[in-house]
Amino acid sequence: MESFEVTENMLDGISHLVSEQAIKGETVLLNMGPQHPSTHGVLRLLLELDGEQVINCIPDIGFLHTGIEKNMEAKTYEKAAVMTDRLDYLNTVGNNLVYCLAIEKLIDLDVPPRAQALRVILVELQRIASHLVWLGTHALDLAAMSVFLYCFRERELILDILEMVGGQRMMATCIRPGGLWRDVPPAFDETVRYFLKVFPARIKEYEDMLTKNPLFLERTKKIGILSKEDAIRWGITGPILRASGVAHDLRKVKPYSGYEQYDFEIPTHTDSDTYARYLVRMEEMRQSLRIIQQALDTCPEGAVRSNDRKYVPPPRAEIGVSMEALIHHFKLWTEGFIPPKGAVYAAVESPRGELGVYLESDGSPKPYRVHWRTPSFVNLQVLPLLAKGHLVADLVALIGTVDVVLGDVDR
Amino acid sequence: MTSGLIWEWIIKSLVIVFGLLTGFAYLTLFERKALARIQVRIGPNRAGPLGLLQPVADAVKLIFKEELIPSKADKIIFILAPIITVIPALIILAVLPFGGVITLFGKQYSLSLVDLNVGVLYITAVASISVYGIVLAGWASNNKYAMLGGIRSSAQMISYELALGLSFIGPILLTGSMSMTDIVETQKPLWFVVYQPLGVLVFWIATLAEVNRAPFDMPEAEQELTAGYHTEYSGMKFALFFMAEYIKMIAVSAIAATMFFGGYHFFWEDKYPILGPIWLLAKVVALLFGMIWIRATLPRIRYDRLMAFGWKFLFPLALANVFFTALGVILGKLWLIPVLTMVALLVAIYLVSMSQTRRWNKNVL
Repeated sequence: MESFEVTENMLDGISHLVSEQAIKGETVLLNMGPQHPSTHGVLRLLLELDGEQVINCIPDIGFLHTGIEKNMEAKTYEKAAVMTDRLDYLNTVGNNLVYCLAIEKLIDLDVPPRAQALRVILVELQRIASHLVWLGTHALDLAAMSVFLYCFRERELILDILEMVGGQRMMATCIRPGGLWRDVPPAFDETVRYFLKVFPARIKEYEDMLTKNPLFLERTKKIGILSKEDAIRWGITGPILRASGVAHDLRKVKPYSGYEQYDFEIPTHTDSDTYARYLVRMEEMRQSLRIIQQALDTCPEGAVRSNDRKYVPPPRAEIGVSMEALIHHFKLWTEGFIPPKGAVYAAVESPRGELGVYLESDGSPKPYRVHWRTPSFVNLQVLPLLAKGHLVADLVALIGTVDVVLGDVDR
Repeated sequence: MTSGLIWEWIIKSLVIVFGLLTGFAYLTLFERKALARIQVRIGPNRAGPLGLLQPVADAVKLIFKEELIPSKADKIIFILAPIITVIPALIILAVLPFGGVITLFGKQYSLSLVDLNVGVLYITAVASISVYGIVLAGWASNNKYAMLGGIRSSAQMISYELALGLSFIGPILLTGSMSMTDIVETQKPLWFVVYQPLGVLVFWIATLAEVNRAPFDMPEAEQELTAGYHTEYSGMKFALFFMAEYIKMIAVSAIAATMFFGGYHFFWEDKYPILGPIWLLAKVVALLFGMIWIRATLPRIRYDRLMAFGWKFLFPLALANVFFTALGVILGKLWLIPVLTMVALLVAIYLVSMSQTRRWNKNVL
């Protein structure tokens, strides 16, 4: 058949990435994606196959490039926060948080304790939501289709809470420099507590369907083993690193937003395979519930936004009565605030690993450079390593277990 | 041979074929509804009351859809493949008795098309033809995904056909005949499922693989091979593949009901033979629901494990079932069959779980 012959342009520029046999035409080159049901967006994988065995897997990214980093340089600091949601669309609150942490570090802005606690609650809810999407799609890739819809049922509860807080289900930008956009509504406490009450039983439901299912074990055990050394060498963070036996979690190692007050564990595993990563993420959801419970119980009353008028716009009510407030409001929303010159790096533990933002200020109201250290981008690098020697069928499990969000990779 | 008999055959054939086609249309709806209910959704409910017109809407859409043939595809085989797949599915039920003899307008009619004395053989023979359609479709499409799907399905079907054929031998031995009518009549006092618990299990697993249903839907494997062998097909040609798959689901459920679950026999069927087809339909629907339920619950088994499972687990079990059935029939002690086969099954499960644990404990892929 004609298409099985390797044509010149198919290997154009990539001939050094594939093996000798591929150039001779002895192995099959297969394009998986960017339009493929299991590549979680627009990831393109060029596969070199011997039968169904993967000899080489070459990820090709950039199909979802949005230029957000560059665009943020054209916006004032506070307005650019809106763009951070669009990076990793499953961890929107976390993106806001790390960006705001960087600004707060740059200008040394205080954050009231109530805002800190609420930030933790929102970020942990977001972590659960993100893990639910991961679990659902991971199970769906292995064709356990019902789990997907069960996961989205619970994710809906979380999205409702986020909507309640920020007025938008996914991209609310409710975390702003100096605290939160505004205080949570009175029903927030009750709704989150309802979620805390129902969710443990739901986790058990997913585990009933998967954890001891022989077919699921078959598809995940001993698949995609990533040794501890390799994981560290490749700069892997997040659940993948922890499933390889390294108890590294920025919430414990470098606590931010008051994580040091909460009692929780970092689940780790030593099997380093897809199943271990599944177990780690399932346990992380339970730990997140613990954190939310504690944060909710100890959440103090008070302001949710810093009182530093040079950086934080005044409340609406003040504008009508205070000339100064009006001037601040006008200045902040037209010109924006001017941080001191300098560069900072802030990082948080996103559901996928270390999410960092590097912010450089040149003394103007707009950032000189914003660089994101996104976990998906770094973690995706190990996919070829994991995939080598496995079957095409395992590859979809591996894409699922790496848990990439293409918006996060390409940004 | 009178012309009346020929007319009777033609009418019966048409009834079976149109029954299957309607059954196919409503099976898709049934599957979507049942899956939706299991997955806390509602399912199609827009077209007509309770979504009952959804199959019509689907059919209209597929008929008017543009049919694309890839430029480098082998055109003749590309067009032929869906036809080869769908025809065996349509004719497979010709030997199946749908009921006893009914009296209509003073004449007696038997509720089956033909009573072939090698009915079971006919079923196995016809069932294996459709694999050609799938392999050829995969090959003719000139698409690597389709090719992989086609190769997978040929390997899968050939492996599972053996276990399927062997599981038929149980009822044949118990009846002493290959005619489907005889098999049903023998089950009047007691269904064969009692004597053949292992046979039913082997048959059911092999059937799921034979009709490409989850967890053995390897050739399609949406998440891996996009759509497997019918990736390049669109419009009515795609619908034919779809039709073949669903009609085969109905057919194998009907065969399972006939071979192991007493066919059309159930309460009051003696007195009112017209109840026969209704009981058969009820059994078929129950078995179909089983298939849908499995699809909603289980992940897909991996291709190489599927082959290992077929050859190392299912095939020996099917052989054991044949052996113990023959033993029971020769000794005249039928109660021995379920006891011995269940022991064989437990031993096999124990051995498999041991080997699995060892495989996972070994630090190799």
